Amino acid sequence: MKIVVLVKQVPDTETNIKVGDKSINEAGVKWIISPYDEFAIEEGIRIREKSGGEVIAVSLGPDRAVEALRTAYAMGVDRAVHVKVDDYVTFDSTYTSELLANLIKAENADVVIGGRQSIDTDSSQVVVQIAERLNVPHVAMALKLEFDGNKVTATREIEGGTEVVETSAPLAVTAQKGLNEPRYPSLKGIMSAKKKPVDVKKPEELGATGSKLEVVSLEPPPPRIAGRKLEAADAQGFASQLVKALREEAKVI
Amino acid sequence: MADVLVVGELKNGELKKISKELTSAGRKIADSIGGKVHTVIITDNVDAFASDLKAVGADTVIGANLGEFSPEGYANGIFAIIQEKKPAVVLIPHSAQGKEYSARVAIKANAGIVADAVGLSVDGGKVVAKKPIYSGKAYANFKVTSDIQIFTVRANSQEVTPKDGAGAVEKSGASAGEVRTKSLSKDLSGGNKVQLADASIIVSGGRGIKGPENWPIIQDLADTLGAALGASRATVDAGWISHSHQVGQTGKTVSPNCYIACGISGAIQHLAGMGSSKYIVAINKDGDAPIFKVATYGVVADLFEVVPALTSEFKKVLG
Ligand SMILES: Cc1cc2nc3c(=O)[nH]c(=O)nc-3n(C[C@H](O)[C@H](O)[C@H](O)COP(=O)(O)OP(=O)(O)OC[C@H]3O[C@@H](n4cnc5c(N)ncnc54)[C@H](O)[C@@H]3O)c2cc1C
Repeated sequence: MKIVVLVKQVPDTETNIKVGDKSINEAGVKWIISPYDEFAIEEGIRIREKSGGEVIAVSLGPDRAVEALRTAYAMGVDRAVHVKVDDYVTFDSTYTSELLANLIKAENADVVIGGRQSIDTDSSQVVVQIAERLNVPHVAMALKLEFDGNKVTATREIEGGTEVVETSAPLAVTAQKGLNEPRYPSLKGIMSAKKKPVDVKKPEELGATGSKLEVVSLEPPPPRIAGRKLEAADAQGFASQLVKALREEAKVI
Repeated sequence: MADVLVVGELKNGELKKISKELTSAGRKIADSIGGKVHTVIITDNVDAFASDLKAVGADTVIGANLGEFSPEGYANGIFAIIQEKKPAVVLIPHSAQGKEYSARVAIKANAGIVADAVGLSVDGGKVVAKKPIYSGKAYANFKVTSDIQIFTVRANSQEVTPKDGAGAVEKSGASAGEVRTKSLSKDLSGGNKVQLADASIIVSGGRGIKGPENWPIIQDLADTLGAALGASRATVDAGWISHSHQVGQTGKTVSPNCYIACGISGAIQHLAGMGSSKYIVAINKDGDAPIFKVATYGVVADLFEVVPALTSEFKKVLG
């Protein structure tokens, strides 16, 4: 089976974000693989370990995205492709999905796996858009995947519970926490990953029609309503004050 | 024409509040760009919802009979309605279902999309959508440059304002078409009585509750308020509760009117999931806990004393 795993680089959650005019100030930002994409890489490798084939890690982003591909190599993928673009077009899911779908079409992949969302934009769009562009079915929020030839049985998270679905490859999958436990790259893997080749593709080579989003501005988060600590002698005092505040001041209950 | 198409959502046969929120938001956009508001409800019984949606500004209330939810089926059906109504703007709930089928709709309609918008305004005839990025540490404003502009919108982010639309009822002939993923079974036993994603009140417990045997203290307050039960990752990782309750970066993003955090420290990953709540109440015995930096009302005290007192006080006033 030919498996493509999608890997996005995002700022570490603990990183301080400084807002610029239309992008963030990247100085001092620590970059990590978006956590859900780690489940995608792991699942790709497990499918190959079971059914044979090849796992290709693909990352779209500026130069630094290569680091994410090195990590994917260290975990055990077979090949890596870097779609090299300017930074903030990665906000634009339809542009991203077009570039990636065109690349995947050329690769003729059986399975595409990405995270359920990337933790910088939280849009949950790219992988399902790729499925639509490739005209294949998809399974979102996968918790379990089983292949029997081309037949796929999957358990996925839905609102309020889980669902078992049946479909067939080629398909696209989004990984939810619980799908697997991502392995740590071995030292040997990390060493050899440094020397492995990374294929670089430019947007022009992938024939995308272009961006459909305009970044108007970035701004810091809205200030929160000034909070206050309640003062009371005992639990009962706190309780009656809170009830009063929530009902009469905030009017939310 | 610059019409707005809104896709509503039902839960157990009842209209979810987001359907009114988006119709109301759609009304404001349509008034500004000069068009009509069409609200689609996936049902074979659209008449039941017409007056509620008319009252918040729907000019047309469209019933589409697309059967059981499937992302492909909904995308096919909604795209057919888009082709018929030719809206300039499409609003879809950023719910579990909405975020899934919207992706296919955007590609079919050759449209740009902004997902998880929390603010919608109009500038120069185009919608400007505001959304949190980087776990809420920044906000971005986007315009969609394609002819059709699609937005998925977070629950509880839009005001519901009464305003009469024409309220004409239509039954759409759109169908689910070819669906390549078959549902074999569903298990809804582990979930919440009230869904986190669109709950207007959430009561959440963290490691401060000490052990799984103490959930009833938190659940009692939630039940009294008709609230959903949330949890921090620490409690999920400890195996005290299922992951479906987890709020935060690796759990659910929520935006209730009121979020009551009991024994939760307020780590950045937790704030990423609930930081946009309108009012935040923190009950924590450590006055220096980071949660107090975002809390509207802070209670520095032992939750084992305050939460039961709060439950009984609410029982009194709510009857
Ligand atoms: C990649 C990654 C993703 C993550 N995703 C999430 C996520 O989605 N959601 C999430 O929540 N976390 C997430 N975390 C974990 C997060 O960093 C914190 O570890 C977690 O939120 C802490 O949970 P807590 O507040 O319940 O526990 P603690 O930090 O242990 O806090 C417990 C609090 O309870 C208080 N307390 C104790 N006893 C009492 C009492 N009797 N009365 C009142 N207060 C009391 C204490 O003062 C303390 O502040 C993630 C971490 C990583 C690295």
